[in-house]
Amino acid sequence: MSNDDTAQPTRQVGRSLTRLEARAKVTGRAEYIHNLVLPRMLHGKVARSTVAHGRIRSIDISAARELPGVFAVYTADDVMRVIPEPYYGPAFHDQPILALEKVRYIGEPVALVLAEDPHVADEATHLIMVDYEELPAVFNEVEAAQSDRVLVHEVLRPAGTFPDLKHLAGRKGTNVALDFQLRRGDVDAAFAAAAHVFEDTFTTQQVMHTPLEPMVSIAEPGDGMLTIHTASQSPSFVRIEIARLLGWPENRVRVKSALLGGGFGAKLYIKLEALVTAGALLARRPVKVSLTMEEQFFTITKHATTFRMKTGVSADGRITARKCEVWWNGGAYGDIGPRVTQKSGFTASGPYDIDNVSVDSYQVYTNLPPAGAFRGFGIPQMVWAYESHADMIARALAIDPVEFRRRNILREGRPHATGTVMRDAAIELVLERVAQRMNWQQPFERGTGTLRRGRGIGVGFKALVAPTTSMAMVSLAADGSCTVYSSTVDMGQASDTAIALVAGDVLDIPAEQIKVVRPDTDVTPYDMATLGSRSTFHMGHAVRLAAEDARKKLRELADELGVPADQPARAGDLLRRKYGMQAGNIVGIGSFIPSYQSPNYQTGQSENITPNWMVGGCGVEVEVDTETGHFKLLRFENVVDCGTPINPKVVDTQISGAAIMQLGTAIYERMEFDEVGQLRNASFAEYKIPGIHDIPHVIGRETVDSYQKNGPFGAKGVGESSTFGVASAIAEAIEDACGVRLKSLPLTPEAVFRALCDAKHEPLSEE
Amino acid sequence: MNATSETAMKIQFVLNGEPVSALIEPHQTILEVLRGQFALYGARESCGQGLCGCCTVLVNGETISGCLYLAAMADGATVTTIEHLDANGELDPVQQAFIECGAFQCGFCTSGFILMSRQLLDENADPSEAEIRHYLAGNLCRCAAYPEIVEAVKLAARRRKEALA
Repeated sequence: MSNDDTAQPTRQVGRSLTRLEARAKVTGRAEYIHNLVLPRMLHGKVARSTVAHGRIRSIDISAARELPGVFAVYTADDVMRVIPEPYYGPAFHDQPILALEKVRYIGEPVALVLAEDPHVADEATHLIMVDYEELPAVFNEVEAAQSDRVLVHEVLRPAGTFPDLKHLAGRKGTNVALDFQLRRGDVDAAFAAAAHVFEDTFTTQQVMHTPLEPMVSIAEPGDGMLTIHTASQSPSFVRIEIARLLGWPENRVRVKSALLGGGFGAKLYIKLEALVTAGALLARRPVKVSLTMEEQFFTITKHATTFRMKTGVSADGRITARKCEVWWNGGAYGDIGPRVTQKSGFTASGPYDIDNVSVDSYQVYTNLPPAGAFRGFGIPQMVWAYESHADMIARALAIDPVEFRRRNILREGRPHATGTVMRDAAIELVLERVAQRMNWQQPFERGTGTLRRGRGIGVGFKALVAPTTSMAMVSLAADGSCTVYSSTVDMGQASDTAIALVAGDVLDIPAEQIKVVRPDTDVTPYDMATLGSRSTFHMGHAVRLAAEDARKKLRELADELGVPADQPARAGDLLRRKYGMQAGNIVGIGSFIPSYQSPNYQTGQSENITPNWMVGGCGVEVEVDTETGHFKLLRFENVVDCGTPINPKVVDTQISGAAIMQLGTAIYERMEFDEVGQLRNASFAEYKIPGIHDIPHVIGRETVDSYQKNGPFGAKGVGESSTFGVASAIAEAIEDACGVRLKSLPLTPEAVFRALCDAKHEPLSEE
Repeated sequence: MNATSETAMKIQFVLNGEPVSALIEPHQTILEVLRGQFALYGARESCGQGLCGCCTVLVNGETISGCLYLAAMADGATVTTIEHLDANGELDPVQQAFIECGAFQCGFCTSGFILMSRQLLDENADPSEAEIRHYLAGNLCRCAAYPEIVEAVKLAARRRKEALA
């Protein structure tokens, strides 16, 4: 709240405001697509591939179709009657709506059954018989990148949406869907001259977002129109992509969203929307596909990665050269993976000031479920490797890990590896605040006997995705009330509330009195998507500009009506005077796209690679039981640079929420596949996410004092920043406690125990 | 549901204070019936295995996982959902505490957490943090609002005690 409650109107930005939809959420009345039922609606259930790679010889749907209650059974041949080119995707047009000629992973949709009763549709999926000619499959990202024997796709099909990918069109004979490279200085010469050279390989595992509202979409056909109700983070993209698939103009496709029961990147771009569209156009009835938790694991995941890192260090502990090779396991379809590969790839050398850098980042097709965006957009995989490597180097050189980072940190005004000069990135401050919160300089109690304690810290950064566009509208009614139209999707990050705070700040209206209209592409203007912590910055600006536009129009109307300039221009008064009754609106429009320069294709260099950098740091203390390998977190400190917190209450929950989610992927979660590519643990019974017992008793969270000069009110995003440093800090704390270094995620008690046995030269047999 | 099915059966129960009846199939869960026939959407199916708590409702005053509880078993029972908590227009102290502490983000799991927290406070008016965690261990929140949930339960406990004092 503002300290000045007399003459000045109350500032809205910076208020700790309860989210606008709070009452709806605690009374069970919040609106999710999960709940939506339409007249004459059919439920769709999906029959899925049982082989990881194979040619479809035939599909026998006769028994399924004859099951009483089944309305229809559709395969790719049916889909092509309404969508002749049935391939979709944001980066590549490589994913068929239903498997066409080939299947490329176990769990891929092969047929769609429609029935009024979802149980009937489900039963019928088990009656569909598919005859496959099985093909050799490839699962590991490094093997797949080198394979010319097993090809997941015969030819690359970039979508053309992103100029950075156009050079890939028509490329054949490879599983590498994107190769991004960055070159700065001369790494080979620098390695030759270095006092020390370190080389290590780090891996991460495939995991799933598991939003508790499973993915769900409904298509509702109309007269030459189509309405899609979907739990999507990107309604504008869905509209454009469905219109493209149908060959229709955008205005015949309407996409509506609601509150999302979690997203985390799982509900981005296009997922079930093309499938329900095909089903609804064929059936000429509304079709709803609501995935089970199990099916979500077959729909989108987070990339497993292999990261080979080589670092040259001078005698005084300065990093002089770094070579990064990263293989991203993209699964069978591109989704947004190629963008992850590039956008995270260029940060792979870390927030360090290094003169000689080489990065090769490969998006690789394999015969596994597709990988796309997952809270952090690839950054957590990068930070895991470069911060683990930093800790290992510091140990080898007997330098304190905080001190080692201080010697190398990328400071304000210095060029990043891309050549972009760092501005408003409080990396050093975040590092120092983590160290202070951890009492890093104080003596540390290390435990005794079989219970040993250790600690670790880490810091990472992320470049805001660019260039992307947000638009917004603000309408003032003739009673003075304010409505904001935005396609940002509120999936729990309280974006509706943040939008109201921004608009209210400009228009001097309390945020609680502002209505924010949920995304509806017939009503709310274009927004690229709700992803990558971009909304605070982009939509924040668009809403600010729309509100300023409305304010300007208010003043113009006041001038037109002869209201003296020193008197307030109030919408209600002015509109009633103008139109003689309570009538009319004042509509403000705002649009925002930041400046950006694409990286050079050969060198990855750009003077302006991003509008801003988001920074997150983490410190942990662990206690390891050296008899069992079990460990627990005693302390969990999380510090971010998000510029001005728009809503401090929500920022705090974003910090701890993101950190705990990352804790899950760091120590519990792993999709386990057998030797033929069958996922074995697609349920909460066997795939553990953090529960209330798993969170440390001490969770610190802090936003450093900073201001993003090009941000709305000095703000930038925060939804991902505290994911960055978690995993490596735990690995370092484990080594600090018991002397073993883990280089693969997740950091399980079993992995710790195996490493302890190895260290005693008593290795355990393999699993 | 197919009303002419040979296996359909009629059940009667008290739902949020009102006597109701429903024609159900033996395989249907109480969650499907509440959502499909009574348009009560506060309980939701997420994991479908009784492991996440999103489908929590009360049967005869005790919390159950609605996704596993067959509707047929509710014949003659009293069923209460999250929607009944503010029937008099006032939020329950637990609901109010969840709002004040910001104990949710996306809100999908919130109904279950609130119903479990109320049951905890009915059984134990002054739970320790360990007891709160233990009691809520069967509810999952992927947004991980756990720190705020613990605070909300503590706040609700204080409010309930003050109301009794």
